[in-house]
Amino acid sequence: MSEPAYDADKTVDARGAACPGPLMDLIGAIKSADSGDIVQLLSDNEQSTTDVPEWAEESGNDLLELVETDDGYEFYVEKA
Amino acid sequence: MSEEIVIVGAGTGGSVLANDLAERLATEIDDGDVHVTLVNDGPDHVYKPVWLYVPFGKRESADGRRPLSELVDDRVDLRIDRVTDIDTDAKRIEHRDGTGPTEYDHLVLATGSTLAPEEVPGLAEAGYNFYSEDGAEALREQLLSFTDGHLVLSVVGTPHMCPAAPLEFVFMADAWFRERGLRDDVEITYTYPVNRVHGNPNIAEWARPKMDERDIGVETFFNAEEVDPEAQVISSMEGTDLEYDLLVDIPPHRGVDLIEEAGLGDRGWVEVDKHTLEAEHAENVYALGDTASTGVPNAGSVAHYQAGVVGQRLASHIRGYPATETYDGKTLCFIETGMDEASFVEFDYENPPSPAPPSEKLHWSKLAYNEAYWLTARGLL
Repeated sequence: MSEPAYDADKTVDARGAACPGPLMDLIGAIKSADSGDIVQLLSDNEQSTTDVPEWAEESGNDLLELVETDDGYEFYVEKA
Repeated sequence: MSEEIVIVGAGTGGSVLANDLAERLATEIDDGDVHVTLVNDGPDHVYKPVWLYVPFGKRESADGRRPLSELVDDRVDLRIDRVTDIDTDAKRIEHRDGTGPTEYDHLVLATGSTLAPEEVPGLAEAGYNFYSEDGAEALREQLLSFTDGHLVLSVVGTPHMCPAAPLEFVFMADAWFRERGLRDDVEITYTYPVNRVHGNPNIAEWARPKMDERDIGVETFFNAEEVDPEAQVISSMEGTDLEYDLLVDIPPHRGVDLIEEAGLGDRGWVEVDKHTLEAEHAENVYALGDTASTGVPNAGSVAHYQAGVVGQRLASHIRGYPATETYDGKTLCFIETGMDEASFVEFDYENPPSPAPPSEKLHWSKLAYNEAYWLTARGLL
């Protein structure tokens, strides 16, 4: 596994969750985060690769990076 | 020494399991080798799907209540009490009202969902919901006298009980207002937190064209952040404001606090192996229904099927056999698509749902099942 791309303030491990669980977990974490915080979302659901970027754009939060790993995906989202 | 099985919660999952064990282990229970206790914090069993019909004046919420003493097998020790603490190391639960403490060999948590509208500022004051008995009755008062204006149904949180119910509500409201000649005066808008109208993509693809045909407005990526009850505006964290005249909400859901306090999972949902339903963070503990974090819908059919799995696994452990039964994600739902038609879906972990064409026959099947449900609770169906 590669080194984490960003130093996350909070990590949400949604691996194993069915859709839309990972995105809802991310939204919950962003809701309780402070502006500028970076939230790392771990998901093994391919639908997340569409849902998360679309939601980040819609909500004005910044998807810093999407990393594909051996067991899924890591998303790094900075709260606006 | 008797083997103690304790079930906490007597909703669909807990009641069906208690009756399943009473039958499956009848000999062992009669011989005093096994003792089954069912603990519930109230005397009644509640069938929540009835609440969907209450706001439209089609059912009374009392139709969804029956005394547990009438539904649960006499072999089961029924205790009306609230569990206040679970100690999975000592294998012991504490009670509030003096019917315990209880030591267990096997614990099954079926404590279900609770509503948490307070997580969104203004929601509890402004919104009406059909996810509680009081809520359904209060919404009925509003809806029966609502003749014009903007009705907004907002799905605020997921997971929530019966994922199809918000769609059912707007389909039923559309048909109901049409029948009464009021539809042109009532605007209906449905909001959902992700970028489609339902969490499951197949159901979302099936439902969306129906909503468009019926002129039901849709706002996706709408995560309610706050409600202003005076201005009658609901705002999302994505920056959308919606004015409403009547706000129907699906509030955020949680499990019960004692599960989180026992270290079994976050927000009151027990982390489990999604096939065996065994808790990840404690031995000899199962969870089922809404309580088990499996990713499948929080639905009565799920609790029903899972109860059969847990019943077989527990009986196998007690008799010293390998437990072979596993849960495959089976879910079965009727979906009302109007006041006199419904669809039907059946799916599992591997096979996605494919909603059946709506028909009057399926609508009557749903109503017939609602009546037959009491046989399910008794463990007969």
